[in-house]
Amino acid sequence: MPAEPGMGRVATVSAPRPGPDPFSTEFTASALAVRQALTGFADWIAPLDLDEVETGAAELVLAEALNNVVEHAYRDAGAGPVMLHCSFGQGGLSVLIRDRGVPMPSMRVPLADLADGQRSPVDLREGGYGWFIIRDLARDIGYERRGAENTLTFRIAIGRTLWAG
Amino acid sequence: MELDVSLSGDTATVTVAGSRIDAAAAIGFKEAMRAAVPAGSRRVLLDLGQVAFIDSSGLGAIVSVMKSLGDGQRMELASLQPNVDRVFRLTRMDTVFVIHDRVQDAAPGHAG
Repeated sequence: MPAEPGMGRVATVSAPRPGPDPFSTEFTASALAVRQALTGFADWIAPLDLDEVETGAAELVLAEALNNVVEHAYRDAGAGPVMLHCSFGQGGLSVLIRDRGVPMPSMRVPLADLADGQRSPVDLREGGYGWFIIRDLARDIGYERRGAENTLTFRIAIGRTLWAG
Repeated sequence: MELDVSLSGDTATVTVAGSRIDAAAAIGFKEAMRAAVPAGSRRVLLDLGQVAFIDSSGLGAIVSVMKSLGDGQRMELASLQPNVDRVFRLTRMDTVFVIHDRVQDAAPGHAG
């Protein structure tokens, strides 16, 4: 919205800046749809002028969490709906991901470790790094199974100095 | 996925001509790498300078390609952008791969 000449400036300085409108998208689970959702997220976050490394961290965690939905929650069930919701608050970027696939193993977020003894190239595994990355970069990770729905929530501590609200 | 290959001595430098090695690109990347790497190259230098984003699926694809190399072949990496470099450090892959800041640093005679 274009500012009225001479009117916007004082208010901008004196009032705490509200966060941007949240970002929401829904799509049918697939690797390409995840890429498109991440492009939408990147377009949403770009105008905030966050550091490239902060933005990259958020994009990476979102990619891992959404890829898990595609590869695990919907692995045998066939592709289903995925909902992604992102908003900024005092704690940084809050993320909610909802799907209707199978529940997480044991109804909880997997623990993640880099296995010992995999440091020789022969032993090196080709997968299983996703949750390790999520646990490293995200905070307050929550998971709930309600009815046929999985809801994963977490926070990424970026942009906290920009958005007070 | 498009790869550019140049040969110099026993080194094949493979440049990824794309900005993402993500879950949607991982299988194509593996297939393209297997087709692109000459069997006679003792060293495969993967130039990631154009890659702005990689996720754990892309990382897994690189690991898979490395494991599929023949005896006497090894893979090294060059030109990691910050968000790519982070994935390698987070997963401790920086201790597995030789990583060069720039492709020219990895030229024969400079190899680590």
